[in-house]
Amino acid sequence: MTRRVAVTGIGVIAAPGSTRAAFWESLRNGRSAIRPMTLVPEGALRFPNAAEVPDFRASDYMDDKEADLLDRFAQFALIAAREAVAGSALRITPELKARTAIVTGTSSGGITSEDREFHSLYAEGSTRIHPLSIARTMGNAGASRIAREYGIVGPSYTVSTACASASHAIGQAFWMVRNGVVDAAIAGGSEAPFSLGFLKAWEAMRIVAPDTCRPFSRDRKGLILGEGAAMLVMEPLEHAQARGAKIWGEIAGFGMSSDAFHLTQPLAEGAVRAMRSALEDAAAGPEVIGYINAHGTGTLANDATESQAIREVFGAHAEKLQVSSTKSMHGHALGAAGALEAAATLLAVDDGLIPPTANFTEADPDCALDVVPNTARAASIEWALSNSFAFGGLNAVLVFRRGAR
Amino acid sequence: MPDELATRTIRVIAKTQHLPPESITIEQSFAELKFDSLDGMNILFAIENEFDISIPDDQAAQIKSVREMVEGIEKLVAAKQAAVQG
Repeated sequence: MTRRVAVTGIGVIAAPGSTRAAFWESLRNGRSAIRPMTLVPEGALRFPNAAEVPDFRASDYMDDKEADLLDRFAQFALIAAREAVAGSALRITPELKARTAIVTGTSSGGITSEDREFHSLYAEGSTRIHPLSIARTMGNAGASRIAREYGIVGPSYTVSTACASASHAIGQAFWMVRNGVVDAAIAGGSEAPFSLGFLKAWEAMRIVAPDTCRPFSRDRKGLILGEGAAMLVMEPLEHAQARGAKIWGEIAGFGMSSDAFHLTQPLAEGAVRAMRSALEDAAAGPEVIGYINAHGTGTLANDATESQAIREVFGAHAEKLQVSSTKSMHGHALGAAGALEAAATLLAVDDGLIPPTANFTEADPDCALDVVPNTARAASIEWALSNSFAFGGLNAVLVFRRGAR
Repeated sequence: MPDELATRTIRVIAKTQHLPPESITIEQSFAELKFDSLDGMNILFAIENEFDISIPDDQAAQIKSVREMVEGIEKLVAAKQAAVQG
């Protein structure tokens, strides 16, 4: 059994907006949400800016007791899932509960809670750790909490492939729905990486920009970290059409590859294989693709390598492609990045408007693509790609298609 | 003093790369030594710890040889001492 898969729900909480609509409003206006960091002490790091969810209070979404059980990353996952499920208007009947999957992605899980507890042990003379620390920090905390929210008893798990986590998660859920393993899925990613210890480790890697994220610009200085979550609700297209659901778009293909090369340096060949594999999975030729939401981290290495890989996959059609990196606005949310970008890609295709690469200054000959600088562009896009390439050389690419209209 | 600093620098680099210090000379570039970006990060981290200095990212990106590393450290150590004495 192979079925077409529709996305009928999108939930987002991220720096540019705490709902799907607010997130898209920022992106379509090219507004970057990169601002001075508030979650760690000022001056503690070489880089002062990040894309934090502004003024986030868990108590706006759940009671305090509930919030205590969840690290910020799992709170984000739950909040995004609630918006996605509510928006989908999907009735999760007792039968569907066993036929629904949950697949979430995260890179660092409950690192903020872990950092706090370990600090109390190592530095504050405490001799014990909070009894819920294990449950709060586990990578699958978000998936488990979403399962309890809806009584979903089907296959539920979490994927951790650094910056590609959410794309791997969405791709696996898509395949399960397409192949009839389940009849619905909630999938996406969440991340809350703003703990001092973790940020210090990023600082030592020397790939975080001291100013802002300028993907594909000649003077780009690195990435900017972000946080948040996005979740998608997916179901068979026929089912979505039969119940008259709003269809944001289809997931049409998924491809994966491994560079088997370097711990941190990207390899064009690996990206090429992931894109080709995704196109093949979608039974789509490269010439049908109109837009690519790039991995586009803003590091010297990624953007040049990704541009080279896109040229190799698309050949002459690369001249007609529009490519943008929305990380310039929502930052690099690591394990949530692929989900925020899947949401951005679906919303772009649905709205007929390509979100720009913000903060763009001047073209880099090593990234000679139409990167939609600074201003969104109206475009009727039928097919789009979203790239995610992780440290460790693990790549995931999703193909999206506009919903029938 | 500069010689001592060079020796100390080479010792730190050698330790991070699990190489004998005598296999590294001040004339060599990181490329000749086959150091990649990851090795570079490790070396910068060890050097910052050894000399208790902070090497800014843009400066770090310019360091491509042992000599450039030694010269960079000299400047930062001198600036640190001037700040203490000042």
